[in-house]
Amino acid sequence: MGLGNEESHQLLSNMAINDKHGENSPYFDGWKAYDRDPFHPTHNPQGVIQMGLAENQLCFDLIQEWIRNNPEASICTPQGLHNFRDVAIFQDYHGLPRFRNGVAKFMSKVNGGMVKFEADRIVMSGGATGANEVIMFCLADPGDAFLIPSPYYPAYARDLCWRTGVQIIPVHTDSSNNFQITKEALETAYKKAQEDNLNVKGLLITNPSNPLGTTLDRKTMKSLVTFISEKNIHLVCDEIYAATVFSTPSFVSVSEIIQEMEFCNRDLIHIVYSLSKDMGFPGFRVGIVYSYNDTVVSCARKMSSFGLVSSQTQHVLASMLSDDDFVDRFLAESSRRLAKRHNLFTEGLEKMGITCLPSNAGLFCWMNLRSLLKEQTVEGEMKLWRVIVNEVKLNISPGSSFSCSEAGWYRVCFANMDDETMEVALRRIRAFVGKEAKKAVEVMKNMQNIIKSLRANFSARFDEFIMSPSLRSPHSPIPHSSYVKA
Amino acid sequence: MGLEIEQPCVELSNIAVSDTHGENSPYFAGWKAYDENRYDEFTNPSGVIQMGLAENQVSFDLVEKYLEQHAEASTWGKGATGFRENALFQDYHGLKSFRTAMASFMQQIRGGRAKFDPDRVVLTAGATAANELLTFILANPGDALLVPTPYYPGFDRDLRWRTGVKIIPIHCNSSNNFQISPQALEAAYQQAQSMNTKVRGVLITNPSNPLGATIQRSVLEEILDFVTRKNIHLVSDEIYSGSAFSGDEFVSVAEILEDRDYKNAERVHIVYSLSKDLGLPGFRVGTIYSYNDKVVTTARRMSSFTLISSQTQHLLATMLSDKEFTEGYIKTNRERLRKRYEMIIDGLRRAGIECLKGNAGLFCWMNLSPLLEKPTREGELELWNSILYEVRLNISPGSSCHCSEPGWFRVCFANMSEQTLEVALDRIRNFMDQRATAKPKIPFRKIITDQAVIDMYSCLLA
Repeated sequence: MGLGNEESHQLLSNMAINDKHGENSPYFDGWKAYDRDPFHPTHNPQGVIQMGLAENQLCFDLIQEWIRNNPEASICTPQGLHNFRDVAIFQDYHGLPRFRNGVAKFMSKVNGGMVKFEADRIVMSGGATGANEVIMFCLADPGDAFLIPSPYYPAYARDLCWRTGVQIIPVHTDSSNNFQITKEALETAYKKAQEDNLNVKGLLITNPSNPLGTTLDRKTMKSLVTFISEKNIHLVCDEIYAATVFSTPSFVSVSEIIQEMEFCNRDLIHIVYSLSKDMGFPGFRVGIVYSYNDTVVSCARKMSSFGLVSSQTQHVLASMLSDDDFVDRFLAESSRRLAKRHNLFTEGLEKMGITCLPSNAGLFCWMNLRSLLKEQTVEGEMKLWRVIVNEVKLNISPGSSFSCSEAGWYRVCFANMDDETMEVALRRIRAFVGKEAKKAVEVMKNMQNIIKSLRANFSARFDEFIMSPSLRSPHSPIPHSSYVKA
Repeated sequence: MGLEIEQPCVELSNIAVSDTHGENSPYFAGWKAYDENRYDEFTNPSGVIQMGLAENQVSFDLVEKYLEQHAEASTWGKGATGFRENALFQDYHGLKSFRTAMASFMQQIRGGRAKFDPDRVVLTAGATAANELLTFILANPGDALLVPTPYYPGFDRDLRWRTGVKIIPIHCNSSNNFQISPQALEAAYQQAQSMNTKVRGVLITNPSNPLGATIQRSVLEEILDFVTRKNIHLVSDEIYSGSAFSGDEFVSVAEILEDRDYKNAERVHIVYSLSKDLGLPGFRVGTIYSYNDKVVTTARRMSSFTLISSQTQHLLATMLSDKEFTEGYIKTNRERLRKRYEMIIDGLRRAGIECLKGNAGLFCWMNLSPLLEKPTREGELELWNSILYEVRLNISPGSSCHCSEPGWFRVCFANMSEQTLEVALDRIRNFMDQRATAKPKIPFRKIITDQAVIDMYSCLLA
């Protein structure tokens, strides 16, 4: 029934034919490689290991146990069927009151009980994807701009911009200070926007950060709140990874910070949340918009008609999130398992001389492979990436896909697999790094031989020319990395 | 409800401050009156009966019985791994088993007269999202869709609010039973031209809400020819297709396309949902079925903003794959709705009220124009006011559906028990008897405009 018609292409909207959906990005090649040849420990042990998907698969056993012990929470079991009618019919966009209360309580626990969230400010959306889009629709007009610290989640380009017409202005960070957001970087980005005649409506941060895996400290948070207050623009905090914090410093939500900042205009503060990462339920599409601005709450709520959470899902989660014992145990155990996995991975990498940005949260590491790049450019990064995907058979995410301004960083997910698969991944990286070290040694040897023979045949002037920086191989004769020494 | 703010207020978006969401309408007084004084057979027999909500509550027992007998729908099957896989599944293609089940269900509703390819089924969280999504794909801000009146009030929000697209009405009236005429189509198109507005498509609801009637085959053929001539799209919202009282009387645009060998099909898109036919509005199950590959691909990408919970997809995939269940359900549901319809039509007729001849849906289109003091929108609202406060029935005035002819009202009959419907019919009979004997002056109450109240009740727009 193939009914494609090229002419009909013109009949679609501009939005439908542009590529702001972001799927034409080259880094989807990694996904394709995985789809064609997915790793399986027994059926396909040579396949591509998926390390590009930030999923939390470490605690399903706890959830399954809860579900087994609470059959009345489902509307389909004999114990819960009597609720079927009322739940199936419920489409009020305020959401089930028990569900909103459960989410508010959960968010409060994730914040270590430092903040009380009001159930009446909890607005549903189609996952955090939907929440981020809704908040843009509420705060910005087509053509307006939002500042976003880079590196940032690639799909923001779609979520914040595609249908809203909003533009992203990156606020650059780099490794010189561990990718922290500086006042200078914010001011630079803001000033550039003004020069380009763009109306900056707000700043959007992801805390804990994707892809960095770090949380913002109190000082930085306060300076961000001060910045937006001075400029009188909005602050949107995507706190989707809040409960993935596994070591100190503990998570500090913007909601905690504003409690300490009396002068702050709360109408500017908005939070996006979801259960997709913290609980591992991306399929259930539980997105939350939480705003301190009454008008935004009201508007977002009306918009939630376009992406309500299934009442069936609201119902089961209402029970689960109200079970204080379970939630406390879950949060503690989840942190513990994430810490263990993170340490296993980073320690394994360190043994091979690969470092990651020190991190205390998230489902991934921000891995530094700059020393392996042939050129410190995006092209160099992508070249290495293709080798890692196609030869090492690991789908990791290149920093350029996160709009990182510094080449050579890669995001590697570690919570979406079991321990054995993690071991296989580490083994492959070890083998690759060993090979690269050998290659570097070979290249060095070859360079030395070439120089010897050239010296034998040409004048000293030519020697100088050969040794000039522009022609020196990146793998210079002077070893600068521990693995080369090894 | 606001804080005292000393600094200048930071602007929200134009969309946020506009009222194109349509919720500032006076009709929410009906909701308030109902909420403050809900009818209950035992505890509040003189309360307001809700007849403004198009919900299907007549066939729940069939679904509940299915669930009782099929435990696998309640668990995630395959033991532990089943749950994990389901909880992780966020692929915007949707569960293949669910898409296949939806395609098969849509086919069964049409008596097998049209085939549906599961790969053309795009899933969205409700028809609300499906209609908005299609509008984003088919039209640019400032463009227009032509929509026959009277139409579902929610379209004002769904098609216009965030998309910036306009609705230009195709006026229909009782002179020909509110059918869509070629003249009306052309007139609407010309109106757009005169406004310098680009028309991108026609959006019909078939069976119609609020008319409660299917669109005749010949009219569908005309509409299809019209959109082809004008080189625009046709969106057919067939959300009530399973609620046609007789399967034979409903003709889907899909059948016509199949008969035409899918010629010019790439401009046709069907919206469907389980909210009405299966009575599951809370589960948020909507679909877009498009014959246009690019629309399917783009819609699928956009559905990322509005995916269906994988938990719900799994439950419904199991249920809708069971052909024995679905055949039985479709047949029984139609039968029960037809019975309800006959009961209300009969009751209204005995009270001296005529309705448009209907054959589908969860409501009837009642003609109270003879009762109007003035044949105007104000006259209609006055009458509605007295029905709300004197008769204590919340029904929907035609003006809320943009009907150009005053005096018509949509009355829902499937969201209550038969006993409650009897009570409602008794009240209407008494009201009509009283009107026949004397003409009491009913005080005109203030229509609710308080934003807080509107906010509170507008969530129930359905």
